[in-house]
Amino acid sequence: MGNKVVDIQGVTRQFGDLKALDDISFAVERGCVHGLVGANGAGKTTLIKHILGLLKAKSGTVRVFDQDPVRKPVEVLGRIGYLSEERDLPEWMRIHELMRYTQAYHPKWDMNYADSLIKTFELDPRQKIKDLSRGQRALTGLIAAVAHRPDLLLLDEPSSGLDAVVRQDILKEVVRAVADEGRTALFSSHLLDEVERMSDVVTMIHKGKVVLHGTLDDIKAAHQCLTIQFSEEQTSRPEIAGVLSLEGYGNQWQAVCNGEFEVAKAAIQSLGAKITEARGASLQEIFVARVGRGAM
Amino acid sequence: MNIQITLKDGVPIYRQIVNQVKYMVASGQLQPGMEVPPIRVLAEQLLVTPNTVVKAYRELETEGVVYKRRGAGTFISENGSPLKAAEQRRILTERADTLLTEARQMGYSVEDIMKLVKERAAELENGTGN
Repeated sequence: MGNKVVDIQGVTRQFGDLKALDDISFAVERGCVHGLVGANGAGKTTLIKHILGLLKAKSGTVRVFDQDPVRKPVEVLGRIGYLSEERDLPEWMRIHELMRYTQAYHPKWDMNYADSLIKTFELDPRQKIKDLSRGQRALTGLIAAVAHRPDLLLLDEPSSGLDAVVRQDILKEVVRAVADEGRTALFSSHLLDEVERMSDVVTMIHKGKVVLHGTLDDIKAAHQCLTIQFSEEQTSRPEIAGVLSLEGYGNQWQAVCNGEFEVAKAAIQSLGAKITEARGASLQEIFVARVGRGAM
Repeated sequence: MNIQITLKDGVPIYRQIVNQVKYMVASGQLQPGMEVPPIRVLAEQLLVTPNTVVKAYRELETEGVVYKRRGAGTFISENGSPLKAAEQRRILTERADTLLTEARQMGYSVEDIMKLVKERAAELENGTGN
């Protein structure tokens, strides 16, 4: 199966009139951290549910570890550690009961690892899930997801609604999982700073379509942020060929370019303006330039 | 190793790590023979993907700033001195550029700046500077 842990080809999914996924194709390579970004409702969770086999592809194909997750749920799910955004855990169980319950499904479960994480996160194993705080619940779900050392760690919005300390604990576990050779992580997030730090590969989806996909290095190399100085005040937004987005006021404007630097440069010169600064663009700037400010 | 990552100016994270390690070598904070943190440790500390640290260390190794000892870790090279001189010059050039740009915006001439630099040097030497 080569190096593809997940391989999705041409998947479309419709809920009523809404196209949640619109002919999506992308692959997750072994050994890397893959960030899935998009606004709420972009289709991230729907996509993750297809990887888990919770939704069956109506068109297109989903392969995980070169198998169909709907037809081979035991084989596929046994190798995935999954933390959902809702962190839906059995409320009535105590933490230690949840650990034993999860262990039963995973022959590779490492009880020492689970115990050490319970200690690190200062959790009380006798506490009931329903009495846990938001952060404790997320950490408990995280332990259940990582303690069998899954080949694929799959996290849906792991930072959503959590404080900085818990977020850090979760991301450290992602680092640890991937630093051990051959393991892979896919996480969805709308926090672009986090994605820029944590990802080797980024897939940006918007309204059910892939709008940008590639290694973070390539994506960053292909985009630039320009500061443009006009000799005269611009009363309306100037038209500049080769730029993805343009924002500013009066004499000074900021543009994000994609690849077509020469086109943009020529266009800027022909308007009698000059570039006063050119620098790399952050993922946040690239995202806003691609899908618009209202999307986040 | 105190490395600060910022996402504001668009510089790739591995490049920020490379630059800051070189800076710490040039300024003497990292001495030849000192061990740099293992990949996983630095990745956890900075909360970046381990592959970014791998890439940064690989580049530092290619440039001769660090070397790997099999099974032992990654260390600052002994023979970093030619590079160290170049790096020191690069750092000071950057600072000089910043000073010149700001001074020009404030209407200072190069002579004004030179005079100020000499005055400050004298004051620092006498212990009267702050």
